[in-house]
Amino acid sequence: MFSKRQITLISLAFALAIFAGGCKKKAPAPPPPPPPKVEVPPPPPPPAPAVTQFGADPSSIERGQSSVLNWTVSGNVTSVSIDQGIGTVNNSGNRRVSPDNSTTYTLTATGPGGSSTASATVSVSAPPPPPPPPPPAAPAKTLTDWVAELQDAYFDYDKSEIRADAQTALTQDAATLKTIVADFADATLTIEGHCDERGSAEYNQLLGDKRATAAKEFLVQLGVPADKLKTISYGKEKPQCTEQNESCWQKNRRAHFSAGQ
Amino acid sequence: MKKLVWIPAALAAALLTADAQQGPVLTGEVSKPAQLPVIAVPDLNGGGAAQGYMKAFNQTLWDDLAGSGVLKVAPKTLYPQGIPQQPSDFRQPAQAPVAPRSRHGEMVAAPNGGGYWMSDWSNPPASANYLAFGYAAEQNGVLMLFGNLFDLSRDTPANAQMIGKRYLASTDDEKGARQMAHQFAADIIEMFGGKSLVGTHIYYVHQAAFGAPKEIWVIDPDGQNQHYITRFNSISIEPSVAPDGSKIAFTSYSKGSPAIFVFSVDPVRDLRFYNQVASMNGQPSFTPDGKQIVYSSSAGRCCRIFIAGLDGRGFRSISSGGSLDAEPKVNPKTGATIVFSSGRSGPEQIYMMNMDGADLERLTDGTGEASNPSWHPSGQMIAYAWTRGYAQGNFNVFTMDVASRQYVQLTHDQGRNENPSWAPDGAHLAFMSNRTGRPQVWRMLADGTAQQQLTRDGLNYSPAWGM
Repeated sequence: MFSKRQITLISLAFALAIFAGGCKKKAPAPPPPPPPKVEVPPPPPPPAPAVTQFGADPSSIERGQSSVLNWTVSGNVTSVSIDQGIGTVNNSGNRRVSPDNSTTYTLTATGPGGSSTASATVSVSAPPPPPPPPPPAAPAKTLTDWVAELQDAYFDYDKSEIRADAQTALTQDAATLKTIVADFADATLTIEGHCDERGSAEYNQLLGDKRATAAKEFLVQLGVPADKLKTISYGKEKPQCTEQNESCWQKNRRAHFSAGQ
Repeated sequence: MKKLVWIPAALAAALLTADAQQGPVLTGEVSKPAQLPVIAVPDLNGGGAAQGYMKAFNQTLWDDLAGSGVLKVAPKTLYPQGIPQQPSDFRQPAQAPVAPRSRHGEMVAAPNGGGYWMSDWSNPPASANYLAFGYAAEQNGVLMLFGNLFDLSRDTPANAQMIGKRYLASTDDEKGARQMAHQFAADIIEMFGGKSLVGTHIYYVHQAAFGAPKEIWVIDPDGQNQHYITRFNSISIEPSVAPDGSKIAFTSYSKGSPAIFVFSVDPVRDLRFYNQVASMNGQPSFTPDGKQIVYSSSAGRCCRIFIAGLDGRGFRSISSGGSLDAEPKVNPKTGATIVFSSGRSGPEQIYMMNMDGADLERLTDGTGEASNPSWHPSGQMIAYAWTRGYAQGNFNVFTMDVASRQYVQLTHDQGRNENPSWAPDGAHLAFMSNRTGRPQVWRMLADGTAQQQLTRDGLNYSPAWGM
């Protein structure tokens, strides 16, 4: 680094300096400094580049939307770059961005005269919660539901004539049956004829058939398609009430609807 | 169906012939049991392997004789102590026993043989006219019965013997002993103009519990050997038997609508009855030749009587529609008339018409409700169920002489009694009664006596008695 001679000179210079300081008055006048070396003054440094404009439009987005960064840089520029993974860009331009979260973009313009920076922030807001799912549609009525709405038609003892109360019930049933026939093209309904326990089983088997047929004919008159209605007699084989009194017997003297068959 | 081979088919024919000659037994008069000959039937003893079967044997013999309708059985409590087992056990009293008087005029016991004089059985208290006795033993693996019947009015044991016969059966189980008892009883009953029921069958509807499926079952007339015929797991009802006992017909819901089925019974096999299109075909029964079926159908308009071949083909209606004609039964003797029940004039009544539907007449008088007609083998009498004199639903079994319309009520004040069915012997009826709280199959004599419950498990309906 330093030559041996230089070290010697420096050491000497130090020594002289200390000595001179210690006995100033006694020091002889130093030699004049060498005249300064005349040099050409350096040119003034060029100005740093100027970021004329850097912004995001729009500055606020919802997540999933996008914003456009645009910028203009002037002056002596050697490079322009934007952080957040965008990298080097032209001196002016724009770039579409879709940040997931609020992000501040910093643009750095570098030139011989230094660097300038500018930043632009894109605010990202969470989108509003989705609307609640539409309320579930009321479940469609099944055939069984419809059939359960059909009312029984009741009969007098040893009779198959449709009483006034049975006419009312069957008239309402006819409307329901038409809906069923319209909604369930393949459906067939069975009218079951039932009897109370008093007569002979054999006679009641026939009486139940006659009751079911009477109910069917009444419904067909009201416009229910005949081919959708079957009849079956259970006589007194399937009582829905087993006590031995008139109220129970009345419950068993009926035409009742069931699906299929 | 197991047929006992030793029951000759000719027996049935002979039976029917006899009925025709005798005419109906009942025309309003009921034969009194007291007028019947009295038979003493002491328990028989058995030796060796036979011993274990004697309870079943004695019970069967007793039931057959007591239920025969031709004999009255003297109560066992009245029998002397000594029980003869073979004819040689009898001794002759030194002189005819005469009830002596003491010096004070009091009655003293008549001299007796302790059971070994015939007079011990014919005098009070036993007061029997006849004595059945004998014993059973096992020999070479065969169950053997020595059965005797004595006419106690005769002077000597040698002259008294009406039956002295050896019967053989298997020692495998109780069935052999029962079969032997039936045979011995049949021989005795035949001596008095009766016919054995052995080999006949009662078909009926069995239900394990209320609401359970109904199946066709069969039982022997003594309440033994009950077993199923159908296993449709549905509603199978209304059995009837072909005249020769080889087939049954019934109604079943097993395919949806009530429809008729014809089955052979040995082996059990569906003979495929073709059902005409109708919401209901049911209540089938056989014509006397066994070649056709009469039934009720809702075809056209509910409900008419139809007749068809055994396979259901060639059907044609006999009655006109709209009148609830049910339960047709063709006269088994003439084949020319049909009795049936019908609501054609209001409440259900019994009617009769020709095979072509002509000459319709009502047999019951229009009171109450009458149903379930069943022909006596003679073709001159029917049994049926009637509520006459009772509230709606309270049926009792009646018989009626068809020509005179005279009727006799056989059951009284004991629940519902329905579905009477004549036995092939024309002396017995099977019927359904709920007197025990549940419907069960019963049997009785044609005069309403000797009522006997045959089924006990579950609920049992609609007996049909056939060969």
